[in-house]
Amino acid sequence: MAHFEKAKSVNEWLDQRLAVNTLKRVLSTEYWIPKDINFLWAMGMVLAATFGLLLISGIFLLMYYKPDATLAFDSVNYTIMSEVGYGWLWRHIHGVAASVVFLIIYIHMLTGIYYGSYKKGRELIWLSGMGLFVAFSAEAFSGYMLPWGQMSYWAGMVITNLFSGGSLEAYGLVEWIRGDYVPGDAFLTRFFMLHVLLIPLVIIGLIVLHFGTLRIPHVNNQEGAEIDFEEAAELYKAGKKKESKVIPFNPVFLSKDVFVMGVYFIFFFYLVFYHFNFAMDPVNFDPADGLKTPAHIYPEWYFLWSYEILRPFPKDPGLIAFGIAQAAFFFLPFIDRSPNVAPAHKRGLFFVWFWILVVDMIVLTILGKLPPEGIFNTLGTIAAVVFLLLGPALFVITKFEKKL
Amino acid sequence: MRELKILAVVVFFTLVTYWGVEPFAHSQMHKHVEGQEFIYNGTADIKGAEAALEKAKAEGTDTAAAQAKVEAKKAFWADVEKIAQLQGNAANGEAAFATCLGCHNGAGVNMGGVIPPNLDHAGSLYDKNYLIALIKDPAMASNVDHKYEDTMTHPMGSIKGMITDDQQIADIVAYMQEKMAGEVTTKEAFDEACARCHAMRYAKTTQLGDTPEFKHEKDALAHEIKVLEEQELVKTYMGKLPPDLSIMIRARSEHFMETFVENPQTQLAGTSMPRVGLNKEGYEKVKTYLEEVGDPSKPAREAIGPWVILFFVVFTVLAYLWKKSQWRDLH
Repeated sequence: MAHFEKAKSVNEWLDQRLAVNTLKRVLSTEYWIPKDINFLWAMGMVLAATFGLLLISGIFLLMYYKPDATLAFDSVNYTIMSEVGYGWLWRHIHGVAASVVFLIIYIHMLTGIYYGSYKKGRELIWLSGMGLFVAFSAEAFSGYMLPWGQMSYWAGMVITNLFSGGSLEAYGLVEWIRGDYVPGDAFLTRFFMLHVLLIPLVIIGLIVLHFGTLRIPHVNNQEGAEIDFEEAAELYKAGKKKESKVIPFNPVFLSKDVFVMGVYFIFFFYLVFYHFNFAMDPVNFDPADGLKTPAHIYPEWYFLWSYEILRPFPKDPGLIAFGIAQAAFFFLPFIDRSPNVAPAHKRGLFFVWFWILVVDMIVLTILGKLPPEGIFNTLGTIAAVVFLLLGPALFVITKFEKKL
Repeated sequence: MRELKILAVVVFFTLVTYWGVEPFAHSQMHKHVEGQEFIYNGTADIKGAEAALEKAKAEGTDTAAAQAKVEAKKAFWADVEKIAQLQGNAANGEAAFATCLGCHNGAGVNMGGVIPPNLDHAGSLYDKNYLIALIKDPAMASNVDHKYEDTMTHPMGSIKGMITDDQQIADIVAYMQEKMAGEVTTKEAFDEACARCHAMRYAKTTQLGDTPEFKHEKDALAHEIKVLEEQELVKTYMGKLPPDLSIMIRARSEHFMETFVENPQTQLAGTSMPRVGLNKEGYEKVKTYLEEVGDPSKPAREAIGPWVILFFVVFTVLAYLWKKSQWRDLH
């Protein structure tokens, strides 16, 4: 065993055994972040905080939730909402956070696209982030099953049906996923396991990886400028803070993050107390009933854009388009052929491409909830085709983009 | 400045998305039904019959029957209006009310599909015109005449043969409005207006009323069987068991609830749910009860909300000052 001196303080005692001082230096006080950033750079910490809220509220809900098709609905809507002290608060925090987390994820993603933060050297940041997006989607879907209301049941029915693969008619696979011919108790309990154990583990692992991928390429900045971080860090440490292009994560970057989080929390808790209905669909307050199909079945707002890519086409092409939409963003770093790391407004046609993407995704989102009738159908088809064309368009645009 | 511009862009697109998936989408998904301010004069019933007539004409089906229905509704509600103008005599009404006590006696016995409702607060819960209409012709008044070839087959249909005099109807209604109009609690309002068909398990109420505490499991099970038997009768009468209303307040929008209670046919054409005839105050009482049971955290939310928001406002101000001090020497 190594030799240990008697420690003079708790900190020293810990440092001898855990190297806490080194850890603190490497992970926070000398973890360098570019100075030229705006509040969009705080979305990562906002996401981490929202995940924290989901985790804590989820733990409280887990104490009273009953994963049983006959008990689940009342354990949520009666036990937690009426009998458990502040149960309603935890549930509303959990429900609102599950919805708002996707708003922040989309802002975070679009920020990355706008500033070219997925390009050469930063591909793994993008890929691990996309992994998180998929894991959060699975987490959201499995969580949506748990109250076992009408929308849980029918969304579960519709989404698991997708696995039959259209004309492949792989109903055996669908039954295997459900553990039954239709969603039932076996279905509910396995989604419960996924929601409270397996997917959260994956998410936590991916968050660690996502942070890790930032380490070597470093966080991007507003101008996409390449920075010599070692040199800039020396300047900062020498007290030339004005000349240095970097700031330490703790406390300088963090102080801005905390301020942005404060603003976000005002918004978030306004929703929790006064405007939570958008995150808790009324239809899901009717208990699951396999004999009564709701008039309108639609996913939560954050899945609507990809749902709308599935809907306007015939069965098989629809499924293929849907598959492409799910995977498309993963390939972004490889489709974009431009060497420029710069904000979109400096990249000519890419700027136009970006805003078409944003508008098209919003149009798809809105149409995804509307009944598929008349003009909405036509618009939906156009918007879905536009989305599918955006991939090849990006390849061509960036291929001919002038080097800055 | 630049940060505020970026924020404005983010907020703008967020709000557009919100508008599209919430208010706009819901306006497209649910048809709009005009509220009637809890006035019962048959306008909506006649309009509904006229719409059916138009449909029959377009489809070339039996227009004569549809035409007759329109005329019958018009004549019926004109009669109701006429009776409403009569001066009712409460003392005479009390004597005539004896007829009603044959069924509305609180015995809790199912008659023709339902337990006749308790009328203790009928005068304060229900609209005057509706009560007149109901005594005159129960099927027409509750707008479920499509279910009955002849009103006499309605569980309360026999009233048509027992009280035939317009003045007598006016007297009975005057009596109810004078003597059966005491202060009513939110629970009483629900029990009298809804509970004979709708259970409310979160309030431990069934079609047989509040579920008592039983010492012995045997008694509890015996009660449960009685409830099932009663539900079976209601189911046979209504075509399906009316839904439990425990958290209906969160499952339907305020506008839906209000217009549905006023006239179920407008929201759910062909439903066997009768119009209940609640007046505005009566409806508010029922709604409050649904909220007390289905959304009990509302008072707590409203009490704590401002403090939590205030906490984060203070938090944000302090965070801003910290950020300012940290970033002071950087530029």
